Amino acid sequence: MLARIGVKSVDDLFAAIPKDARDPKLGIGPGMSEMEVQAHLESLARMDRDASSGPFFIGGPIQRRYIPAALPVLALRGEFLTAYTPYQPEVSQGTLQAVFEYQSLMAELLAMDVVNSSMYDGASATAEAALMAVRLTGRKRVVVAEGVDFTFRRTLKTYARGAELDIVEVPAGELAQHAGGAACLMVQHPDAFGTLVDVRRIADAAHAAGALCVQVTEPHACALLEPPGALGADIVVGEGQPLGIPMSYGGPHLGIFACREAFVRQMPGRIAGQTVDADGTRGFVNTLQTREQHIRREKATSNICTNEALAAIHAAIYLALLGPEGLRSAARAGVSRAHALAKRLGALRGCRIANDGPFFDRFTVRSEIGGWDLRLALLDRGIQVEATASHYVEGERRGRDDVIVQCTELTSESDADALVDAVAEITGSRQAVAAR
Amino acid sequence: MSAIRRQPVPDVGAGEVKALEPLLFELARAGRNGHHVRHEPHDDLIPREYRRTTPLRLPELTEPQVVRHYTHLAQLNYSVDTGMYPLGSCTMKYNPKVNDRTAALFADLHPRQSYRTTQGVLALAYELERMLAKITGMDFVTLQPAAGAQSELTALLMFKAYHAKRGEAAQRRRIIVPDSAHGTNPASAAMCGYEVTTVKSDPRGNVDLTALRAALGPDVAGFMLTNPNTLGLFEERVREVCDAVHAAGGLVYGDGANMNALLGVARPGDLGFDCVHINVHKTFSTPHGAGGPGAGPLCVKAHLRPFLPKPWIVREADGSYHYDTAREDRPPDPVGDSIGSIKQRLGNFGVLARAYTYLKTLGDEGLAETGRDAVLAANYLLALLRDRYDVAYDRTPMHEFVLSAAKQKKQGSSALDISKALLDEGFHSPTVYFPLIVSEALMIEPTETETKETLDAFAAALIRIAERIERDPASVHEAPTKTPLRRLDEVGAARRPVLRYRPTLNERGVRGR
Repeated sequence: MLARIGVKSVDDLFAAIPKDARDPKLGIGPGMSEMEVQAHLESLARMDRDASSGPFFIGGPIQRRYIPAALPVLALRGEFLTAYTPYQPEVSQGTLQAVFEYQSLMAELLAMDVVNSSMYDGASATAEAALMAVRLTGRKRVVVAEGVDFTFRRTLKTYARGAELDIVEVPAGELAQHAGGAACLMVQHPDAFGTLVDVRRIADAAHAAGALCVQVTEPHACALLEPPGALGADIVVGEGQPLGIPMSYGGPHLGIFACREAFVRQMPGRIAGQTVDADGTRGFVNTLQTREQHIRREKATSNICTNEALAAIHAAIYLALLGPEGLRSAARAGVSRAHALAKRLGALRGCRIANDGPFFDRFTVRSEIGGWDLRLALLDRGIQVEATASHYVEGERRGRDDVIVQCTELTSESDADALVDAVAEITGSRQAVAAR
Repeated sequence: MSAIRRQPVPDVGAGEVKALEPLLFELARAGRNGHHVRHEPHDDLIPREYRRTTPLRLPELTEPQVVRHYTHLAQLNYSVDTGMYPLGSCTMKYNPKVNDRTAALFADLHPRQSYRTTQGVLALAYELERMLAKITGMDFVTLQPAAGAQSELTALLMFKAYHAKRGEAAQRRRIIVPDSAHGTNPASAAMCGYEVTTVKSDPRGNVDLTALRAALGPDVAGFMLTNPNTLGLFEERVREVCDAVHAAGGLVYGDGANMNALLGVARPGDLGFDCVHINVHKTFSTPHGAGGPGAGPLCVKAHLRPFLPKPWIVREADGSYHYDTAREDRPPDPVGDSIGSIKQRLGNFGVLARAYTYLKTLGDEGLAETGRDAVLAANYLLALLRDRYDVAYDRTPMHEFVLSAAKQKKQGSSALDISKALLDEGFHSPTVYFPLIVSEALMIEPTETETKETLDAFAAALIRIAERIERDPASVHEAPTKTPLRRLDEVGAARRPVLRYRPTLNERGVRGR
């Protein structure tokens, strides 16, 4: 090979690099055989406590849900896993049709006109929705409900530093009165604490003031609740991980992004579209690319290039396997278990359910010892829940000190029993348990 | 790949269409259900006014139908597992299977779990940060960005915070990019509220230093540079470039898309960059997943550390780990000068665990061989092709090189035709029409994981195509003919967008107003 190139050694190929910067000592250590590296990673993994190893009630946008056996077998096939972005559609119809089907399935679920092929996650989708609303309205103020998940709001605020947006956070009930001069009102339904929200009222207020309504949502909830498109939302975003994607400590996940047809040319991200080939056979391509960075550069609607296409394919396979009835059943299981559990916890002396109204598949528990301490005491007993106190950082309004309890179809009776018993013991409500 | 035969598909409401594979919706029949979760019939816990009244028209299918559908679709795809994928600037190297298996060990962990239950995750992430710092010659690392473009945005937000801390944010409103830059660079700058100035390249394919110096001033926040650049060329005066930007008070961003060339060979931190991102889905072999996921860790010098996204991993003397902002025994710490958080906790951890596995497998020696082998492969391939195609910039390239099909264009065939003819030869196409500064560009990156025989076969295919064009340029206009589909009507797709399946042509879906 060297002879063909016409050099004496491989070193000769690096003459352009400053000599004193060449061949640095990296010091990352010696290499390992596959067997050794597998054993090493297993030893690290043993230091973690898997969600399925005990009663687990942490949730929010990322949820522990049942993943059908067929899903990873299909989605992780090498032809999907190791393909690049479908730049050559003639040899990428598998990806393109799977993504087109994802867009179609998600549009049905959300009752929205257009869904893009994916964003990084619910958080970046939320931030991009704000930027899109700003482009569409020419206004720079974004009014966000405090019930929008805290990780989404944090990312939104980080993005907002760049575009120099004015982010205003208010309780959902006060959103409507802040519509004047806003680019959008952003609301999450069900909210971060599981509470159901009257989105129609907020959308109406937004539209009356020339603002857009951005709804943050969850896919399973859309199977049972009136979907965002029917509530008046103009842009809909959310985290798609619960649709058959492993939690994987936070990623890779799926940013859902949908909008009304009229706004599609301001949408960020790739979109697959239907067309025909030279023989008139149906096929799919990435389309409306004049919105994107590789064509429009600094005038693009977003900088996104690599996205989460494989996660979108996971979500599509999940929806195809479960079907409408399976999706509704999974969602209902979370709702019924959450309500049964809330009833028991709310009956404990010194504990009450702290949601502001009806809730979906998670709820908050307020106790005399506070959520922060209750969470730690439960953790000592091998039970994992989330505290609302971890939802706040400096600069955010300090809120309530509760724990959040998320249920899904994987929440078992014995998990529920363990939680009720432990909360009773920790809060000193033994008597109430005995009386149940 | 062309095992699938075109077949007529009955389309509900639209007559018959010719298609490779029916859509899920076309395969569905009412009443078909899997039994993946236990049936739950009742909605009565949800107040009536919130319940869904809009029909949920998802397809109903049997599991065998779903399995066959996606197996057929997979068979329509070209992938690294199928064959050589020489997309320039995309580093489509082989993705070792062990990485997928080790990543799955961390699948059942929630990012909001306590640090006490995720010590393995934190240990892995902490060591990965240290390894990335050593490989890039930087001091600190954030693993949060989900992709290269999000890493660019993260860095530019940090630039903004850095200048703000020095009282210069209002004045420094401009980011400079070379004309060979990836489109994400100017797009990220614009998202961060910056104006973008483009500087041209010189005749050797480097940044034109005179043009750069003329563009620099007290209003410049930073400069974004890919090195090796998108021509596959090492910036010959990279230190002078960085010095010039620093002298003007600006910061230098390293776009690490082409980091594969430098693995074990040179480090951006030793060349003058203030930060560099790594596309682990390129350089560190994590699979691209048909467009994503990726991960884009950002590696920075110490002076940028205060602005890094939160939380940071802290290692205690006893070898335990926790987050600086979310330790359970006390409330969250102030965020300080940090830009906040771009993605929660450790970003795309499932991707990062693959990259960690790859780095542990290679070690120091393996990494050094990687960069050298990638550059060797590109130079060898160029040597095989240079007599048949014009070379855009005739210098020793690094891990990739850019040919121009200008000669073939004069003969009557374009870079597009060549890319399609390659599909018929059984190879994926190179990146075409990029970088924008080369006419009829064919940007070829073989990577270190292809054998010499494959490189020879790929060169032979490109030479056959060049010969065909010399004899009969029109013969490639019809290409591809052996792929599942022939050329697609992209203009029509954009002019009359069909972006989702509709049950019937005249139904426009449910609208809220």
